[in-house]
Amino acid sequence: MARDMAEKDILKMEVDQLKKEVSTPRSAVSAAAKETIEFVEAQSPEDPLIKGVPEATNPFKEKGGCIIS
Amino acid sequence: MGELDVLKKEAETLKTQIETARKAVNDTTMEAASSGVAPAPRIQPKARRTLKGHTAKIYALYWALDNKLMVSGSQDGKLLVWDTHAGILANCVPLKSAWVMTVSFSPSAGLVASGGLDNMCTIVNISGEKPKTMRELDGHDGYVACSRFLSETSILTASGDQTCGLWDLETGKQKQSFLNHVGDCMCVALAEDQNTFISGACDSQAKLWDIRDGQCKQSFIGHTGDINAISYMPNGQAFITGSDDCTLRMFDMRADQEVMCYQNAQPTAGVTSLSLSLSGRLLFAGYDDFNCNIWDSLKGEKIGVLSGHDNRVSCTGIPSDGMCVSTGSWDSFLKIWN
Repeated sequence: MARDMAEKDILKMEVDQLKKEVSTPRSAVSAAAKETIEFVEAQSPEDPLIKGVPEATNPFKEKGGCIIS
Repeated sequence: MGELDVLKKEAETLKTQIETARKAVNDTTMEAASSGVAPAPRIQPKARRTLKGHTAKIYALYWALDNKLMVSGSQDGKLLVWDTHAGILANCVPLKSAWVMTVSFSPSAGLVASGGLDNMCTIVNISGEKPKTMRELDGHDGYVACSRFLSETSILTASGDQTCGLWDLETGKQKQSFLNHVGDCMCVALAEDQNTFISGACDSQAKLWDIRDGQCKQSFIGHTGDINAISYMPNGQAFITGSDDCTLRMFDMRADQEVMCYQNAQPTAGVTSLSLSLSGRLLFAGYDDFNCNIWDSLKGEKIGVLSGHDNRVSCTGIPSDGMCVSTGSWDSFLKIWN
């Protein structure tokens, strides 16, 4: 675990990881944001917490609480 | 220069290179990109159920895939399994160690896992007449903060020993160890295809891992405090984290960086937990100040509050059908809202 490692070994681990991550492929935030927005918007009409749950079909329609003594 | 100084300098140079590469693709913000999106409706979910039964702080909750059963863990030393539709207790699992930090169901809900300050992840079979402890996964050198089943025979853990672990429940042994964080690992979330997972830790970083080879693939910086909660967006390409630094942030794996920050005007309370609605549009976040804020994940605006707990909201959850949001609190109660 990093906790038991000597400072030198922790730094080495950090440097090795950073070396790998330098070449991570990165695409434009605009393209990523666009896809996320489109995905979420497409799913929103069927999102029960957005469209609301009709009283008749609400599995949690108010009955009261559960009290265990 | 000493060896440590050489390494530190090398690290700084590499970090600068990475930041430059990130800036090069940072051609907009999520906020700007979503400016044309209609605002999310201002919803005011009602508390439909209050589940009372625990006698101490609740630390964790988890929904079963049947969208009906929910398990909660408290420092009263019990896991309680609730039939949330009927509003009744379905099962009670006494724990050997009361210091529970995480609970979860296996996909069939026949197994529950709990972990905490005993440094173990305990697997209990609840499908029989009486709960039966099946495995005690012993191997972490620190508390188990989070556990998530991949299947009935495989589970992932996040630990205060700064590693995550993948365990084989048939042998009870650790199959893979994930070492790269330099702070306690607090939370994990599995990708849908289970080839990768993301983790959040007290080193303020989130990391993406390859499950099979144990390698860290990407690291995400931005938070300035412990990351307590993490969840994938439903498209599997972005994720949201919640932190002691009082913010939540969305990170995108394709852009390899933070794309949105959710922060109150007066940020005074740390984020303990988070859940996303079915579409990913609504972000429910539990805070130290007893509230649960509802955020528009795309536009970054606060659109509502769930208030009703008398103490810290320590955990939240949304079932797979998205029909409600549940909150668990240090006030010992669970509430179900929609």
